[in-house]
Amino acid sequence: MPTSVSEAVSMLDTSRGKALPIAGGTDLLAYWPERLDARDKTYLDLSGVDELCGHTWTDDELIMRARTTFWEIVCDQRATAEMRLLVEAARTVGAIQIQTRGTWGGNIVNASPAADGVLALMALDATLELTGVEGTEEVQLDEFYLGYKQMKRREDQLLTRIRIPRRAYTFQSFTKIGTRKAQAITKVGLAIAKSDSGWRIAANSMAPTVKRCPDLERMLEDETPIRNPTDFLPAIRADVSPIDDIRSTAAYREHVMARVLFHELAPLCPWVGAKSKSE
Amino acid sequence: MCADQPPLRTEGLSKLTGAERFVDDLAIEGCLWGMTARSPLPRGKIREIRYGNGVDWSEFVVVDHNDIPGPNQIRLLELDQPVLASDQIRHIHEAVVLVAHPSREMCRRAVDQIEIIIDPEPGIFDFRVTPREDQIQHGTDNVLSDLGICKGDVEAALASADHVIEGVYETGAQEHVYIENQGMAAWVDGDVIVVQGSMQCPYYVLNSLTHALDRDESKIRVVQAPTGGGFGGKEDYPSNLAIHAALLAMKAKQPVKIIYDRSEDMAATTKRHPARVRHRTGVTSDGRLVAQDIEMVIDAGAYITLSPVVLSRGIIHAGGPYACDNVRISGRAMLTNSVPYGAFRGFGAPQSLFALERHLDVIARQLGIDPVEIRRRNLVRDGQSTATGQVINDGTDRIELLELAVAQSGYTQKQAAHTEFNASSQFMRRGIGLATFFHGGGFTGSGEDYLKSKLHVLGKPDGSIEILAASTEMGQGAQTIFISLASNRLGLEHSDVVVATPDTFRVPNSGPTVASRTAMVVGRLIERACDDLRKQCGLKDDARGESVRHAIRQWHVTHPGETLLGRAQYERPPHVQWDEKTYKGDAYGTFAWGTYVAEVEIDLRTYQCRVLDFHAVQEVGTVLNETLATGQIQGGVVQGIGWALLEECVMEQGAFKNCQLTNYIIPTAQDVPTIHVTFLENPYEHGGGGSKGIGELPMDGPAPAILNAIADALGIEPNRIPLTPERLMEHVLDDHAC
Repeated sequence: MPTSVSEAVSMLDTSRGKALPIAGGTDLLAYWPERLDARDKTYLDLSGVDELCGHTWTDDELIMRARTTFWEIVCDQRATAEMRLLVEAARTVGAIQIQTRGTWGGNIVNASPAADGVLALMALDATLELTGVEGTEEVQLDEFYLGYKQMKRREDQLLTRIRIPRRAYTFQSFTKIGTRKAQAITKVGLAIAKSDSGWRIAANSMAPTVKRCPDLERMLEDETPIRNPTDFLPAIRADVSPIDDIRSTAAYREHVMARVLFHELAPLCPWVGAKSKSE
Repeated sequence: MCADQPPLRTEGLSKLTGAERFVDDLAIEGCLWGMTARSPLPRGKIREIRYGNGVDWSEFVVVDHNDIPGPNQIRLLELDQPVLASDQIRHIHEAVVLVAHPSREMCRRAVDQIEIIIDPEPGIFDFRVTPREDQIQHGTDNVLSDLGICKGDVEAALASADHVIEGVYETGAQEHVYIENQGMAAWVDGDVIVVQGSMQCPYYVLNSLTHALDRDESKIRVVQAPTGGGFGGKEDYPSNLAIHAALLAMKAKQPVKIIYDRSEDMAATTKRHPARVRHRTGVTSDGRLVAQDIEMVIDAGAYITLSPVVLSRGIIHAGGPYACDNVRISGRAMLTNSVPYGAFRGFGAPQSLFALERHLDVIARQLGIDPVEIRRRNLVRDGQSTATGQVINDGTDRIELLELAVAQSGYTQKQAAHTEFNASSQFMRRGIGLATFFHGGGFTGSGEDYLKSKLHVLGKPDGSIEILAASTEMGQGAQTIFISLASNRLGLEHSDVVVATPDTFRVPNSGPTVASRTAMVVGRLIERACDDLRKQCGLKDDARGESVRHAIRQWHVTHPGETLLGRAQYERPPHVQWDEKTYKGDAYGTFAWGTYVAEVEIDLRTYQCRVLDFHAVQEVGTVLNETLATGQIQGGVVQGIGWALLEECVMEQGAFKNCQLTNYIIPTAQDVPTIHVTFLENPYEHGGGGSKGIGELPMDGPAPAILNAIADALGIEPNRIPLTPERLMEHVLDDHAC
C-alpha cells in the first residue's frame, strides 16, 4: 500500500493501467458484492497517502487535495461563504455516511455523468492536477472528460489536486432534481455561477459527461431576452444531449432544465421573464 | 408488566441491538452456499446447457431438474410452475440449474460459466392486448382465471341513468423491498430434511416440499427463521427457494444456504400485479350510483401462482364501500412472459380501489359535486349491501368516519386556502383529495373453511403457557399481539406466555400469515384455545391469573409426563354465507373501513409532487396494540405513497430492468409527511380481542387520495400510477407556460 504520491504513481505505472486507484470506495462498495469484474480488478488503495488529504485556502485559490471528503467542505464556513455551490453539492451526495467517506477526487475520476461534486466544480472553473511518473500536468475540469467514462487521465496518472479560483461571486445556484429528496441519483442537475469572469452554467445527467453549457452562457452574456422557459430549449439542445433511461426521459430533462434556469434567473436578470413582468 | 398494558414488542430489543439472527446470520457447520443459474430469455425451448471451463466443476454440487425426486412442480393453487425448468422456458430469470460450493464468490463464478441455450419462441409482455396465435400458452386465450360478480340489472340501469361516465385506470407493478432478502437454509438430519429460512407461511413451504421431494410430511421439517419483512413477498416464493435449497443439500449431503442478493431478489421474485380497470358508471344528476360496470384485468406473469385469488379479492373490492343496486364486475388474470406476479399487501384490492376512488372523483367533478359529498351520498349504510350482495350490518357509522377525516384534516378550510394559494403562487400548486374504502379481513369467501386453521396452547408444568401456531412474526408484531391476547384471556402476566417458533414439527397449521387474518382469525383461535385449556384443567370460564397457573401446575401433578394442550380449530361465524359459484354472499366475515385524506403540493417547475399532510382515519375493530397498529397504518401509507408517486418497475421483455435500490426508488423519511392516524373502534365479536384485519387496509387508500389531491390541485384527471414527474409533465406541459 503506497504512503506517498510518488510511490502511488510508480505503482500505477508498473501496473500498466491495471490498477484502479481507490479513495473513499463508496462507488465500489455498492456493486462489489455482485459484480465479478469488480473482484477481478486490481486496486490501488490510497488510504495511506496522507499527502492527498485536506484542503487549504491561498490568496487566490481553494486547493483541495484529491482525498478531501465532501463532509470536510460542508464543515468549512469559508466554503459556505465564498463557494456555496460546493457545499450545496456536497450536501446532496448520498447521505451523511457517504459524504464523510466519499472524496472530491473520487467523484471526478469515477466520471459518472451524474456526479454532483463535479457539477459544482465545473461551474467554479476548477483545474485538475494530474501527477504521473514524468511530473504534474494541469487540465481544466471542463476539458477533462472526453465521453462517457472517458477522461484525459493517463493510466499512470493520479489526480492529486483540485484548484478552484477565488472570485467575487454575485450569484451561485445549485439544483439537483432526483426521484426523492435524499439518497437519490440526479435526473437533472444544474449549477449556475456569476462573477467578474462571467456566467458559468454546468449540467449533469444531461449528457454522457457532466458538461459546461457554452450556448446558454452566451445567451446570458448577451442578455438575450427570455420570455418563456422554452426559449432556452435551442441552447439546451446545443449544449447537452439528454437521453431516455431508467431514471427519466430526455423530454423531462430538457424541459425541467429550461424551467429551472428560467426560475433561477428571473429574479436576478431583468431580461429573463421580462414580458411576463411588464404585463 | 401487568396484563392490562400492552407488552413491549417481544423481539424488539434483539432487532434493535442486532442480536437477532436471520437466516443469513445462522452459523451452520459445513454449510455450502447455493446459487441459481437462470434463463436469459423470456420464452423458448432449452436446447442445451453448457458448462464453461472457467471453473473446476468437480468442486461444485450441481442440481438440475433430473435431481428432483418427485414431480417437477411447485405445489400452490396449481401445479403449472416447475421447480427447475427442464424444457420450456416461460420467463427471464426462470431457475434452471443450481450450484453449491463453500465459497459464495465461486458460486457466482460458476453461474457465470453456465450458458443456457434457448430456441426462442415469441413472448407476450402486454397483458392488455389480445395475444396472437403464436403467443398463446394457456388454453385458447392465455386467460388464467376469469371471474365475475353480478347484482341487479346493469344494462337496464345504465340505459336509464342520468349520466354514464367512463374511465380507464392503470396501476403498475410494485416491489416489496422487505429489508431482508429472501433466504433459505436446508440440511439433512437423519431421515428428515430440515428447511429453515425467511418465510410467512411454513405450511405452504411444507406442502410444496412434500410434493416435489415426494416425501411424507413427517420426514420434512420447516422452521421459520426471524423474518425481516414480507408484505406478501414471502407468501409463495419461499416455497421455490426451499425446494432449491433442499435439493442442493440432499445432493451435497451437506447443509446449503441460498441467500439472494438484492438485485437477484428484485429481478427473480414476485411483485404486485399490474392492473387495468375500466369503469362505466351510471349516476343520477345528484351523484347517486345506479350502475357500476367494472372490468378488471391483471397481469399474472408466466405462471398461475396466486393470481386467481388476487383477482378474486380485486374484483370483490372493485365496487367499493358503496351501495349500488346494479353491479357487474368481470375479472381476468392474463398470462404473460413476465416474471410471475404474486402476493403483495392488499392482494388485488389496492388496484381495484385505486381505480374506483379515482373514478368517483372524475364523476364528482363532471357532475359538479364535491368529492366528499358524492361519497357521503353513496357510502353503504347498515342494511344495505356490497357488490356481492353482502348485507352490511356491523353498526359502524361510515358517514361519521368520513366526517371525522374531513374535519380532522381541515379539508374544507384547506380547499379555500388552496384556492387562494394557487392564485397567488407562480409555480406551486396545492390540492387535497380523499378516498373512502374498505378491506375484508381473512381469506375470501369459503377460504377460511378450507384452511380449517388449528392452534394449540400448551400448559407447562410451571403454570406458564406456550402458544403453538404456524403464524409468523415478520416485523408486524404478531408475537406481541398473541401474548396480549393469551395473557388477557387467562389473566396471566405477559412473562407467563411465550410464542413457539413456527416449526412444523411442533406447531399445528394455523394457516398462512397473510390476508390481514392473523390478529382477527388466529387471535380468536388463541382465545378459544385458552378457553379449552382452562376447561381441561377443570376451571370455570371466568378463572383467571393465579388460579389458572395453579390449575395448570396441578394438572401436571396428576398427569405426570403428559401434555396439556388447549385446542382450537376455525369455525365459520354463523352469519357468514358465501356461494363461490355465483360469487354471491358474505365475501368476508367483516370489513375494516377507512377514509384517508392527502394534501399535496406540486412544483410546476419540476413536476415533483410532495405530500404535505396525511390523515388516516379507520375503523378496525378493537385496536389490540396502539403502537403496533399505528405503525402498521403509517407503514402502509408510506408504501402507498411510494406506489403512487415514486416506485416504477421499468420492464423489458417481462424482466425488471431497474432492479437495484439506487434506481427503484422507495420513499425515505424525508419524502413522507406527518401521518396522522386515528382509530374508531367497533369490536368484531369473531375477531381476536374484537379485532378486524388491519395489515392490508392502509395500502388501499393512499394512492387514490394522493392522485385525487393532484387532480384537485391541477384540474387534470391522471389515471395511472406511479404518477412520476415525467408522467405528470405529459398532463400539464401545455397548460402551464410557467
